[in-house]
Amino acid sequence: MTEPVLSVRNLHVRFRTGDGILHAVKGIDIDINPGETVAIVGESGSGKSQTMMSVMGLLASNGWAEGSVKYRGEELVGLSPEKLNRYRGSKLTMIFQEPMTSLDPLYRIGDQLSLPLTTHGGMSKRNARKRAIELLELVQIPDPARRIDAYPHELSGGQRQRVMIAMALANNPDVLIADEPTTALDVTVQARILELLADLQKRLGMSIVFITHDLGVVRRFADRTYVMKRGEVVESGRTGDLFAAPKHPYTQMLIDAEPTGRKEPVSADAPMVLDARNVEVTFGLKKSLFGTTTHVLRAVDGVSLTVRAGETVGVVGESGSGKSTLGRAILKLQQASGMVRFEDRNLMPLDRSGMRPLRRHLQLVFQDPFGSLSPRMTSGEIVTEGLLVHEPSISRKERDRRAAQAFEEVQLDPAWRNRFPHEFSGGQRQRIAIARAMILHPKLVVLDEPTSALDRSVQKEIVELLRGLQKAHGLAYVFISHDLAVVRALSDEIMVMKSGKVVERGTAEQIFERPQEDYTRDLIAAAFLSERSKAEAQGEPLAS
Amino acid sequence: MAQGAVLPVETMKGPVAGRSLWAEARGRLLHNKAAVTSIVVLGLIAIACIFGPFFTGHPFDRVYSEYVKVPASLEAYPKPDQIEPNLERIGSRVRAKPENIVIGDDSLRVTLVSSSSRPIDERLLAYFERSDLFGTAQVVERLEEGRRLVVDVPIKRQYFFFGTDTNGRDLLTRTMKAGQISLAIGLLATFVAILIGVIYGATAGYLGGRVDLVMMRIVDILYSLPFIFFVIMLVVFFGRNFILMFIAVGAVEWLDMARIVRGQTLSIKRQEYVQAAEALGVETKGIIRRHVIPNTLGPVVVYMTLLVPKVILLESFLSFLGLGVQEPNTSLGVLISEGAKNIQGATWMLIYPSLTLVAILFCLNFIGDGLRDALDPKDR
Repeated sequence: MTEPVLSVRNLHVRFRTGDGILHAVKGIDIDINPGETVAIVGESGSGKSQTMMSVMGLLASNGWAEGSVKYRGEELVGLSPEKLNRYRGSKLTMIFQEPMTSLDPLYRIGDQLSLPLTTHGGMSKRNARKRAIELLELVQIPDPARRIDAYPHELSGGQRQRVMIAMALANNPDVLIADEPTTALDVTVQARILELLADLQKRLGMSIVFITHDLGVVRRFADRTYVMKRGEVVESGRTGDLFAAPKHPYTQMLIDAEPTGRKEPVSADAPMVLDARNVEVTFGLKKSLFGTTTHVLRAVDGVSLTVRAGETVGVVGESGSGKSTLGRAILKLQQASGMVRFEDRNLMPLDRSGMRPLRRHLQLVFQDPFGSLSPRMTSGEIVTEGLLVHEPSISRKERDRRAAQAFEEVQLDPAWRNRFPHEFSGGQRQRIAIARAMILHPKLVVLDEPTSALDRSVQKEIVELLRGLQKAHGLAYVFISHDLAVVRALSDEIMVMKSGKVVERGTAEQIFERPQEDYTRDLIAAAFLSERSKAEAQGEPLAS
Repeated sequence: MAQGAVLPVETMKGPVAGRSLWAEARGRLLHNKAAVTSIVVLGLIAIACIFGPFFTGHPFDRVYSEYVKVPASLEAYPKPDQIEPNLERIGSRVRAKPENIVIGDDSLRVTLVSSSSRPIDERLLAYFERSDLFGTAQVVERLEEGRRLVVDVPIKRQYFFFGTDTNGRDLLTRTMKAGQISLAIGLLATFVAILIGVIYGATAGYLGGRVDLVMMRIVDILYSLPFIFFVIMLVVFFGRNFILMFIAVGAVEWLDMARIVRGQTLSIKRQEYVQAAEALGVETKGIIRRHVIPNTLGPVVVYMTLLVPKVILLESFLSFLGLGVQEPNTSLGVLISEGAKNIQGATWMLIYPSLTLVAILFCLNFIGDGLRDALDPKDR
């Protein structure tokens, strides 16, 4: 065995917080060999990112690392930033999760690319520019000679992540640390970025450290895998072995965390809950001097859908396909034209106060469990706010009782109802958001990516919860998501949206087994790239 | 249970009690030494300003005509070298000459020698009492048929720790009184400004569209009025009045507040919890009250601690110009203005009120800084 290029021994990371000292990483050992891809997996809060941040000397100011991190025999822990800069940025580089914010919006990408070349590589400006164009070519940005003078906002999310990769590659690094490099991207773009990384590794022979919670990515790309839980490495080994025979129950749980099961179809005589025809939402992008709109974006372009009691309609598509806007339009939270009927009432002519009595039947659950709960209210107040509006006569005591009941329904401890949202984890917050919708006993719930911001294992629990609630109350769901595995587990019918239009619709079976459109096939291929059951997916060709 | 993402620290908490963001911010604030010190100092200053005037022994408007512009001193007045000239002065009123002055601890013995052949009119000894230095004179001995009087005069020991002003009023009491008024104006005007500003700004920001446009243009128009011109107009119409200060300052300062809150509201409006409330059918009033305003309060509280010193300075400025608080009432601005006029002969008149103002402003600014750090959402 060759000497590892990066070896971590007994690394501890601690943070000083208002509640005392938080021990985030508890004495872990990791080895990275030359030319190898290593994945570090774990759920949020497992310390996987902090491990690599401490390797790069990028810990937040209230955190510190102890132990040993050796790069080719050179100790990195405790090195001054100046000395550390000899390695980081040139030999050890990192790409981050969020391509939207890791590029400086004020500088052209060419300048940002040249910076590591001139500072670490000691190149002249002209040579650096030439090398920058080469790098952009390497990461497959079309027309690099022209794009080099673009500003970050002129590039798409995927292109920005490519630029970040190009920056990381600028000085031929030995180790590239990729911290959830694809999480913020659309599924189809994700697949292409991962392809690119695999290809670059083959050509340049560096080591890659993948920090991810996505086991599909790990399985496909990593040679070896470390599984982290609460700051400790609970299991490690060759990826194939680890997946074939996981030893630690946590690893087993992660591997089995895919939402499973299929929805039972609803009976044909179930009453119609929502009937939307030809829904159209337009945004005026530009206005002429005289106030007339000259440029119009059709976010939702003539979409029809019907939902029956107990039925789930899945809406899938990439970001910008108008699926969230559609969800808001059918709840009349968004100005729209067309026709929307709820049971036997036409919603279109109703104004805000006309809608108010109907609101209790039409509920919405949002994607971001951190943004959708008001941080200054207790979770009990949040859950019962709807009662204040729709059942103003009931007493405070009764409201409190109903809150406890709602907490129980979403499997949260009712004793926690005086806690504030920031004291809950992401999954618990999403349960609170669901309780807020359920306390009014709605008939239709629009679920706008309710599981996307959550860890896989939590996703599975939320899917189970939603399924149970639907069965118990005969709810109708409109389930909006880009995550096809979750959509498949929950939906009767699926609509595939692209640029505001429905490109394909059918039962879950039809869409997944016999997709008609290329776009649908792309989505499925990209999604199942990162799914365990890809081998079983009807021999679907992968995007490679 | 969905415990996957919970950090160990979180799970150690008690089962029922919730800790609000405010409670956490308070905890962070109490860790900030500068802020805590400032809170303590400001509290002491406030207590001193409110209760101090009862204990100094001088009413704030009492004029000591013998003690005009005496310097600050820890020793009691009158000083030994002041006694003789004052005795001479009283003697000339009594038409007598003081001789054989023996100064004791609390009293002095003096022999008054009539400057004419007539005896001294003992009723004139009342002049001693009228003086700020002495008590009632007691005749001990009458010599030469009343032409020589040996008198015992108690000395009134008085302390002027901050000295006195041009009218001979105790500066310590006046500084405390001024602190009272400045703090009162600072807090009340700030309260008025914040009340109007928060409600106005939150309403404009949340309703948006044309309403927002009209409401904010009104703010712009009010902004464009020159402040001094505005105050002079108010004074012309309503006469000089203490209440007017609150109105004038409050009416101008809420404009900033309204803009800040409106900006905050615009971003809060797009938060999902506001949309969630809309989806629940909550009325506009309820959304503004329950969701928008509580979430704007962080920056508002910070701005408030910075607004109080600003208002105190504004009041000082107005008083400096003679548009503010009227005699015998006083404020720190008035005192400083007087001190500035007398800087050549009586530096203490400038130094002590200025120090008080500076201390108050420092404390408020440190508290503001501490609050901003404590409430900074980036920490979470």
